[in-house]
Amino acid sequence: MRAALLVETRKITSTRMWWLLLVVMAGYMALLAAGLAWALTQADAALGATDGPAEPLTPDAVVRSVYTIAVSLGYVFPLLIGGLSYPSEVRHQTITPTYLFEPRRSVVLAAKLTTGGAVGVLFGLVGTLTCVLAGGGVLAALGEPTMLGEPGTWRTIALSALALTVWALVGVALGSVLTNQVAVVVVVLAFTQLVEPVIRLVLGLTSWGADLAAYLPGAAGEAISGGSLYSASGVGGDLLEWWQGLLVLIGYVAVLATVGRLTTLRRDVT
Amino acid sequence: MTSTAAADRSVRVDHLTKIFGSGTTAVRAVDDLSFEVGPGRVTGFLGPNGAGKTTTLRSLLGLVRPTSGGATIGGRRYDELERPAAVVGAALEAASFHPGRSARDHLRVYAPQVGVPDRRADDVLELVGLAPAADRRVGGFSLGMRQRLALATTLLADPPVLLLDEPANGLDPEGIAWLRGFLRSLAAQGRTVLVSSHVLPEVEQTVDDVVIVAHGRLVHASPLADLHRLARRRVRVASPDHAGLDALVHRAGWATAGPDAGAPPGDLVVLDQDAATVGAAAFEAGLVLHHLSGQDGSLEDVFLALTRPAPDGTVA
Repeated sequence: MRAALLVETRKITSTRMWWLLLVVMAGYMALLAAGLAWALTQADAALGATDGPAEPLTPDAVVRSVYTIAVSLGYVFPLLIGGLSYPSEVRHQTITPTYLFEPRRSVVLAAKLTTGGAVGVLFGLVGTLTCVLAGGGVLAALGEPTMLGEPGTWRTIALSALALTVWALVGVALGSVLTNQVAVVVVVLAFTQLVEPVIRLVLGLTSWGADLAAYLPGAAGEAISGGSLYSASGVGGDLLEWWQGLLVLIGYVAVLATVGRLTTLRRDVT
Repeated sequence: MTSTAAADRSVRVDHLTKIFGSGTTAVRAVDDLSFEVGPGRVTGFLGPNGAGKTTTLRSLLGLVRPTSGGATIGGRRYDELERPAAVVGAALEAASFHPGRSARDHLRVYAPQVGVPDRRADDVLELVGLAPAADRRVGGFSLGMRQRLALATTLLADPPVLLLDEPANGLDPEGIAWLRGFLRSLAAQGRTVLVSSHVLPEVEQTVDDVVIVAHGRLVHASPLADLHRLARRRVRVASPDHAGLDALVHRAGWATAGPDAGAPPGDLVVLDQDAATVGAAAFEAGLVLHHLSGQDGSLEDVFLALTRPAPDGTVA
C-alpha cells in the first residue's frame, strides 16, 4: 500500500494539471471573495438602494459568506482534480500499466482516494486562504471588521478547507464510476453550476422540499463550513449541522466508490 | 535477475477461452487456446490482426477475465504473484503514456511498485537508447521512441519473463535490427521472451519458436525450424502457349498458386514439384518454356496458409 501511495502521488506531481487547476482556483476565488466582500458591505450604498434589505447582515455573517465562498462556488476545482484521477488514466491508457504494476484494483482505489484526499487538503487550504486574503483584504480596506481575531472565524476557515478536501474525495469516487474524461467534466460542471443550484432553488420554494435540499451534495458541503452563499441570500432553505454535512458528503463518497468498485473497476481492461 | 528457477519462468496458457459481449453480439476472441512458452528462447506469438493475440496476453496479465480456462506464469496467476511486474515485464501498446509526463518521470512513477530505486529509470533509458530524451515529454515522442520507452518500462525490475505485444511496430529498419539483437540477448540470459506480431518476416530472424493463432485458436506451435518443413516448394514457369501450359498443368494434376505480383501474364506457379519434373513434362508435351525456376517455399506463405480461413469458415 505504501508503494501504491507513492505511485499515485508521483502520477499527480509529474504532470501540470494539479498546479494549473490550483492557480485557476486561487485566482477565481480571490476575485469572488473580493467581489462578495465589497457587495455584501457596500452594494446598498453604491446602488443607492433606499428600500434595501430589512436588516443588514451581521459582520459575522459577512465574513462567513466571504471566507467560505470556495465551498459554495469553488468546490468544482477539488472535485475536478479528484474526478480526473481515473478518467485521465483511461484516456491515456495508463490504466494498463497501473494494473500491471498493481493488479489488486481495491488497492489502487484506496491509494487514489488517499492521495486524492491529500490533494484535496492542498486545494482546501489554498482555496480557503485565498478567500481569506482577498476577501479579508477588501474588508480591511473598506474599514469593515475582518473578524480574524475571533476563534469562531478560524473554525469556519478550517471547516471550509475540510469541506473542499472531501469534495476531492467525491471526485475520485465519481471517476471510479464514470471513467470518460469528457463525461466527468460535463457532469461535474453541469451538476455543480446548474443542476444542483436549480434543484435547491426549486426545492426551497416548496414546503416539503427544503429539508430534502439540505442533503444534496453541494448543500452538505456548505453545511460543513457553516457559511452559505445561498443561505445568506435567503434561498435554498436551512443547512445541516457541520458534522451532519460531513457525514452526508462522505456518504456520497462511500456510495460512489462502492458502485465504482463493483461495476466499472471490475471490467476488462482492453 | 535473481536465482529464479527455470520452472518459474515458463508461461502456460491452458484451455483459455474469452468471449466478449453476450447473446448475438458475442465475440469469441480466444477459443480453447493452449500453449507453453519456455525460458531461454524467444517465442513468436503470431497471427493476423484480430486473431486473439492481445486478448490472450491481457488474460495472462489479469487485465481481462477469461470466460474459461486460464493462464499462469511459473504456475501462478499474474494477480497471485508478489510484485508481479518484477516477475513479468509486459508492454501491451505503444500508447500507454501520459503525454505530459517526461520519459524519466514515466518510469519513476512505477518504480516504487517493483521496489527499484529511482536511478534505475536512467539505467533502463540508457539500455534502450533513450537517455538523451529522458527529460522530454512523451507527447512529442515518435512511435519508435514510444516503443523503446515501453520496452524500458518492462525492464524496470529486470524481470525473468517478458511479454511484448507488437514491439517492432513503428520501428525503423535500424530499430528493428537493434530490437532483434536486444531480444536475443535477453533470451540468452535465460529469460522467457514472448513477442507477438502479425507479420512473420518481422520476427523470422529473431524467434526460436513460433505459436501461431488464427480466429482465437491455435493452428501451429513448434520450433521455427519445423515451420520451414511445412513450406511448399514452388516452381515458376512461363510459356508463350498459355493454353498448352494450362492443359499440361491440368493433365499432371499439379496444384498451382496465382502468379507472383508483377509477373507477366502467362506465368504460373506450380506447387509441391521441383523444376526438373516440370521441365521434363513440358519437354515431353513439346511445350516451349520461357521461364522455369524452382524456389524454396517462403515461411510467409506457410504462415498465410495456416492462418487463412477455410471456405467453410474454419481455420486450415
